[in-house]
Amino acid sequence: MKKTKLPRTVEEFMAYAWAMEVEASDRYAELADLMGTHHNREVADLFAKLARIEGKHRDQIAAQMGWTKAPDAAVFRWETPEGPETTDYGDLHYLMQPWHALKLAEHNERRAVEFFERFAAARVPADVRAAALEMAGEEREHVRLIGEWLAKVPPPEPGWDEDMDPPAVAD
Amino acid sequence: MNEVACNAAPAPAMRGPNDYKSDVKPVWCPGCGDFGVVNALAKAMAKMALEPKDVAVVSGIGCSSRIPAYMASYGFHGVHGRALAAGTGLKVARPDLTVIVTGGDGDGYSIGGNHFLHACRRNVDMTYIVMDNRVYGMTKGQPSPTTEPDWDSKLSPDGTGLREFQPLVIALTSGANFIARGFTGDPNGLAEIIEQAVRHPGFSFVEVLSPCVTFRPEQKEWKKIVKADALKPTADMTRAARRLLRDTGFELGVLYAGERPPYAPRGPRALRTPSELEARFAL
Repeated sequence: MKKTKLPRTVEEFMAYAWAMEVEASDRYAELADLMGTHHNREVADLFAKLARIEGKHRDQIAAQMGWTKAPDAAVFRWETPEGPETTDYGDLHYLMQPWHALKLAEHNERRAVEFFERFAAARVPADVRAAALEMAGEEREHVRLIGEWLAKVPPPEPGWDEDMDPPAVAD
Repeated sequence: MNEVACNAAPAPAMRGPNDYKSDVKPVWCPGCGDFGVVNALAKAMAKMALEPKDVAVVSGIGCSSRIPAYMASYGFHGVHGRALAAGTGLKVARPDLTVIVTGGDGDGYSIGGNHFLHACRRNVDMTYIVMDNRVYGMTKGQPSPTTEPDWDSKLSPDGTGLREFQPLVIALTSGANFIARGFTGDPNGLAEIIEQAVRHPGFSFVEVLSPCVTFRPEQKEWKKIVKADALKPTADMTRAARRLLRDTGFELGVLYAGERPPYAPRGPRALRTPSELEARFAL
């Protein structure tokens, strides 16, 4: 996959951060819709909540930077196929429970921490490094908050993915 | 889903990917690869700033063929295997439209296999996206033309023993003018490929590896196997054919971008109006 270009300015760096939140928010909203379609209401609601949270982060960045339109998409080149906070479609299961959704969210936040830490450790101007460290700190806080959230959610019992009427019956 | 970045009003020239998706929610299984194609197609359309009214998405039958309903452009959900026939007719009648034909491996390579050959040969200026999951998902898991010969299932005990259909080889030898392979786990990369396919004149064929998590859960491993093709696209058929001899089926990117002029109807333009055609051909 392509290499992420190193940002030369805080503006460019924040464009990455913004794009990451846009992708994450859009994907959570998409996942909320699809779990709703499959009548998994609890997980749909949770994904919708995560979409709203990421959407708030997206808007905060735009407000902080004073952007009135989207930054140039041409600068975005993730090292991975998608942004660090974007949930892979393939990680879903129609019988998944809120615990699974939160584990995915926690994984995404951890990847975001690593992403920003890599920027901070790279050869970037001092103001970009400071911004990267600040963002990494914020993402670390998100990991902690999701950890607290997870502690309140019961983990799935063995056999959670067993379906008495499975779609794959071919007898 | 249709939130606009930075709360800016969506001026026609500034549509985001979500503006190319309809309000109809996909009914595919959670984890299905086809979500990645809707995502990539919407991103490609936004990047090209296409007007939804100038795009028609045409399909056949199958899980993946539901895509027209999920896009905000014009759409036609046709009959099994006949998506290319419908798309060809539409493009010839309305050359101003961007025609994108979509479908699955069963629809395109088996039921519609003959149309695939001749769509490549005719080289009408349209894009054909095939979501290949190597199984008939909608009808509960029968082997398709691209299923591995040793895929053992209740419906194919010990496997079919049949050699797989080779879509890229067939496309190249039949005359497709643009041939590429994408992966649904990389929607951003796939969007770039789709954009190139749409922009390239003539018949563009994009084979998309799209895992079926319900009937082929082992395909979840594809994301660990796929790799970007380090080679640049070639306009030389011989070189493209040599590359296909080494192809593992998991190299992603553009294989071939040919220079054959697309099909253009012969004869005066006036003959293309329905009344002119009727006057000349109707019994």
